[in-house]
Amino acid sequence: MMLRAALLTGALATVATAEERRTGYEMMSPDLRAMQDDEMSNPGMLWVAEGAALWDTPEGEAGLSCADCHGGAEQSMAGVAARYPAWDEDSGAPVDLAGRIGLCRTRHQNAGAWDRESRPLLALAAFVSRQSKGVPITPDSDPRLDPWRDTGRVLFETRMGQLNLACANCHDDHAGGHLAAATIPEAHPTGYPQYRLQWEEMGGLHRRFGNCMAGVRAEPFASGSPEYIALELFLMSRAAGLEMEAPAVRP
Amino acid sequence: MGRALSCAAAIAIAGPLGAQGLPDPLTDVPGDPSRGHAIVLDQQKSLCVLCHAGPFAEVPFQGDLGPDLTGVGDRLSLPELRLRVVDSRSVNPDTIMPPFHSLDGLARVGARWQGTTILTAQEVEDVVAYLASLKGGSE
Ligand code: HEC
Ligand code: HEC
Repeated sequence: MMLRAALLTGALATVATAEERRTGYEMMSPDLRAMQDDEMSNPGMLWVAEGAALWDTPEGEAGLSCADCHGGAEQSMAGVAARYPAWDEDSGAPVDLAGRIGLCRTRHQNAGAWDRESRPLLALAAFVSRQSKGVPITPDSDPRLDPWRDTGRVLFETRMGQLNLACANCHDDHAGGHLAAATIPEAHPTGYPQYRLQWEEMGGLHRRFGNCMAGVRAEPFASGSPEYIALELFLMSRAAGLEMEAPAVRP
Repeated sequence: MGRALSCAAAIAIAGPLGAQGLPDPLTDVPGDPSRGHAIVLDQQKSLCVLCHAGPFAEVPFQGDLGPDLTGVGDRLSLPELRLRVVDSRSVNPDTIMPPFHSLDGLARVGARWQGTTILTAQEVEDVVAYLASLKGGSE
């Protein structure tokens, strides 16, 4: 327990403290920030509203809604997105929020699986994440997650693709710099799923990973893959203390 | 393919020589600065302006991760320019500038890009000829 805590703080000590780190939101133009802040103009709120309706809709052979098991999301889901990914006993591996929603669907609702980037799954994930708005990221302290975080860090620091760049080259060493018109953010996963103007729709964090990997002309991993879960665990511990802001808006 | 391999060998030799550069052209056809100009401005192909500013009035948003290329033809010789475009790791092992004509040590390259270098030998010669022509200030 002590050792784990020491390792975790040790890992965090190498990066800036929460006060020094800047989210993608803080690096955006005032126009985009205003768009995100105003619930009427934030396009992600459409998905949140859809997710709220799905929360109460019975699904699958079990005929159960999320609310039948979890009650009101405002209480039961508060802060959940801020501590995911979490350990899943049955599969003996971590799951992220989209994975957990998928497992509730197949295990408890006895309903068919949804694709991770499908509209209903993004809607439910946006609705659940919204219940953590303003909550500081607090990574799950289960020690079984630590080796995964280490794997994620290694991935983040490994050069790849035809352009031979690591995530860290851009997001640690050149955050705030400009890649043509784009300001390079620090890559904090505070606002997912998020609405990207370039996508013209909502997308998950793993889709963003795929974009960056394709950008360096590397072969992306699959959404939901162990590699992306490991990256997500590492980025969440790197972002510990920063406040959740889903559904974020990004250029 | 064979060309890329022979080029990788050339870098292995150039490595210890460091900043001295690659004096021999990679092809028999002299580089064409106007083709090189077009390649440098092509954000999908060469990506140069993603990271570098320079005397490129056509490009509204120029990157700032690398040095401004204005006047680079005064600062660096042709062999030095060629070496940097072929593989900047020979000059700075930690560089973020992609290796434009080397397959050395690349990992997890996307299926679409496997076994190919970012620029062909002729494109490198064209780009280098263009860079060498960038003399003087930005007026
Ligand atoms: C060549 C530079 C570069 C590399 C390498 C790179 N990224 Fe990015 N990344 C960007 C840029 C630029 C953006 C912002 C895109 C925009 O605003 O249009 C971004 C955005 C992100 C975001 C979104 C942050 C937010 O505020 O929502 C995440 C997360 C991210 N990257 C993770 C990664 C990971 C993980 C890797 C490695 C697998 C990686 N990136 C590699 C340039 C890079
Ligand atoms: C991902 C970023 C990136 C890209 C893309 C890139 N460069 Fe660079 N370049 C750099 C950096 C950073 C340096 C500084 C030296 C170093 O760190 O290796 C540099 C250095 C140079 C230099 C030496 C400049 C000097 O004043 O010493 C030349 C010439 C150059 N680049 C040309 C190009 C050309 C031509 C292209 C496209 C074919 C290109 N670069 C693409 C990042 C980049």
